[in-house]
Amino acid sequence: MTAPPLLRVENLVTRFDTPDGEVRAVNGVSFDLERGDSLGIVGESGSGKTQLFMSLTGLLARNGRASGSALFDGRDLLTLTPRAMNEVRGVRISIIFQDPMTSLNPYLRISRQMTEVLTEHRGMSRKAARLRGIELLERVGIPNAEARFRGYPHEFSGGMRQRIMIAIALLCDPQILIADEPTTALDVTVQAQILDLLRDLRREFGTAVVMITHDLGVVAGLCERVLVLYAGRVVESGDVDDIFHDARHPYTEGLLRSMPRLDEARGEALHAIPGQPPDLQALPRGCAYRARCGYVRDVCSEAVPPLESFAPRRAAACYRVSS
Amino acid sequence: MSDIKQNSDGDGAGDSDSDGAGETLVAAPILRVRDLSVEFSVPSADGIFGGRRALTAVNGVSFDLHAGETLGVVGESGCGKSTLARAILQLLPASRGEVVWMGEDLVGHPGLRERRRDLQIIFQDPLASLNPRMTAGDIVAEPLRTHRGEIGRAERRRLVAEMFERVGLSPVMVNRYPHEFSGGQCQRIGIARAMILRPRLILCDEPVSALDVSIQAQIVNLLEDLQREFGMALIFISHDLSVVRHICHRVMVLYLGRVVEVAERDILYRSPRHPYTRALMSAVPIPDPRIERERRRVVLEGDLPSPLDPPSGCIFRGRCSYARSRCAEEVPVLEELGGQSVACHFHNDI
Ligand SMILES: Nc1ncnc2c1ncn2[C@@H]1O[C@H](COP(=O)(O)OP(=O)(O)OP(=O)(O)O)[C@@H](O)[C@H]1O
Ligand code: SF4
Ligand code: SF4
Ligand SMILES: [Mg+2]
Repeated sequence: MTAPPLLRVENLVTRFDTPDGEVRAVNGVSFDLERGDSLGIVGESGSGKTQLFMSLTGLLARNGRASGSALFDGRDLLTLTPRAMNEVRGVRISIIFQDPMTSLNPYLRISRQMTEVLTEHRGMSRKAARLRGIELLERVGIPNAEARFRGYPHEFSGGMRQRIMIAIALLCDPQILIADEPTTALDVTVQAQILDLLRDLRREFGTAVVMITHDLGVVAGLCERVLVLYAGRVVESGDVDDIFHDARHPYTEGLLRSMPRLDEARGEALHAIPGQPPDLQALPRGCAYRARCGYVRDVCSEAVPPLESFAPRRAAACYRVSS
Repeated sequence: MSDIKQNSDGDGAGDSDSDGAGETLVAAPILRVRDLSVEFSVPSADGIFGGRRALTAVNGVSFDLHAGETLGVVGESGCGKSTLARAILQLLPASRGEVVWMGEDLVGHPGLRERRRDLQIIFQDPLASLNPRMTAGDIVAEPLRTHRGEIGRAERRRLVAEMFERVGLSPVMVNRYPHEFSGGQCQRIGIARAMILRPRLILCDEPVSALDVSIQAQIVNLLEDLQREFGMALIFISHDLSVVRHICHRVMVLYLGRVVEVAERDILYRSPRHPYTRALMSAVPIPDPRIERERRRVVLEGDLPSPLDPPSGCIFRGRCSYARSRCAEEVPVLEELGGQSVACHFHNDI
């Protein structure tokens, strides 16, 4: 028997209570994450990418709740007490966000923000924590790390702050690093540096990386496995080459075609996916994508297409694929 | 002109009409920017003595913009893109130079309301620029209230609903508040607000970088559609060179507040001449894992140098693999090469 995966998420449902009724931001998502894997989570704004991982790390807003299961190291993350979750989040599972300033405290020196985690969770002495902090700042490419260790967040550029966030995320040698659009706010040359850094760190530390992004270019260069989310559900999953060269779900296909590419001739109009992103409170019956889909047929409005494996390591939720 | 009846899903494909933008390029420019510089006074590093120094965020930028034209402005954060946009709109004072809008110099005449109606901006961080206590519908309606008071309530509501649909938001969302929208949805509200007055020029400061690709394509097509329809010009600030290539007629590359290269789109993308432009292009990820695995990048080391302490000579030399001694001594000037201008001493060798 093979060992269980590092993380096994099954039938995760995340609901928010709102004045207008219940919103299901994540609707029955299941996936495995293996040790040292790199998983790309791709989807449109509001598809539930962020809330999926907020659910797993106990960061849901007060009006949200998650059901299903998420087995990590024999424990279900969804049933952890806030206190137990504090021993996991930032320690064994770290998250970095698009805007580092949402996680960095602007009034505290970097040194304080880095050493606190280590003295609290690792019982390190302040001196050892300081050395570890500086070492990681150096590792993520902060020049003059020792001097800048005592600086404040605003003294760093956006790219440098994201490097600091990565350093903080890695302080306790996490098994999973969740990166939620970490390069979206950065320039391309800096993005290229950060992606290089993440690739290297993954190799060096064996950390599994989850890259949440809307940019398929980012996924192409970093990830081995890909999940495509739409309206809170996984609509396609597979190895990165299959997703990019043999996409089966009409949404994945549409996404790939709507990207302008520097390596191809410039077309007249971009191939936009028509229509609007789904309103989670007014999802149509059947396939959530059907109002935008060029292959829609009668069966698509009858029931939600189940996610079905149609080849080894590949699955799609579409009647066109399953028939 | 306020009629936006013709609805669109943002898909401008298959439009066989002639390209309206191309025809208007012969007329006089609507905007002439000459030698524009913006300085900020910042506390000096050894702030104990209360000293201040000048930080030159935009340094001698000149360009023309024609009706219906789209000028791309690319470069790393901190290179002065947003400052340039704000200085053009007189939201920031220029320390030198001219901003001539429709024949009138705006520098030193800030805050003229009527003109601001013609000049709109889409901000980089929409959530921060959206009033959290206003509904999305009211946010989009606000410019109509301020500048088009003659439009009645019912008509205003209709225009707002149409604009919502046009930018890819469901009109049933008009009564929701900004925090109820995801990041991408907030960006669309900002775009709707800027578009609703049908301005002559929209400064778009990273307008699509937070949007998903499918919506990016819609918004880019939408901007192009509206441009064809109303002839407005765009200054399109972006770090995404693929999107800039798609939408812009001309592209200006900024580095540390200076123009290092400016060229017709096709020329720039076929043969970039400045080492910085080449590095930028090389950093763009290609959505193809096979290509990405094989790819050799021109990796730029380090960050932008501090604008408080720019290097002598060529400002790019600290990161340039072609740099020689002349680069430390002499500031390269923009040299016109036919449809393309480059500020590099050694552009012939590159
Ligand atoms: N506290 C909340 N109350 C109600 N709805 C919420 C709340 N937080 C998120 N949502 C909704 O949940 C859905 C999924 O949001 P999520 O943030 O996961 O999207 P995302 O895929 O990360 O999008 P983006 O690309 O814009 O970051 C959205 O429709 C959003 O409006
Ligand atoms: S199930 Fe039907 S509507 Fe949905 S993606 Fe497949 S073909 Fe399109
Ligand atoms: S002038 Fe010199 S340093 Fe500047 S871009 Fe050209 S070769 Fe590089
Ligand atoms: Mg998100």
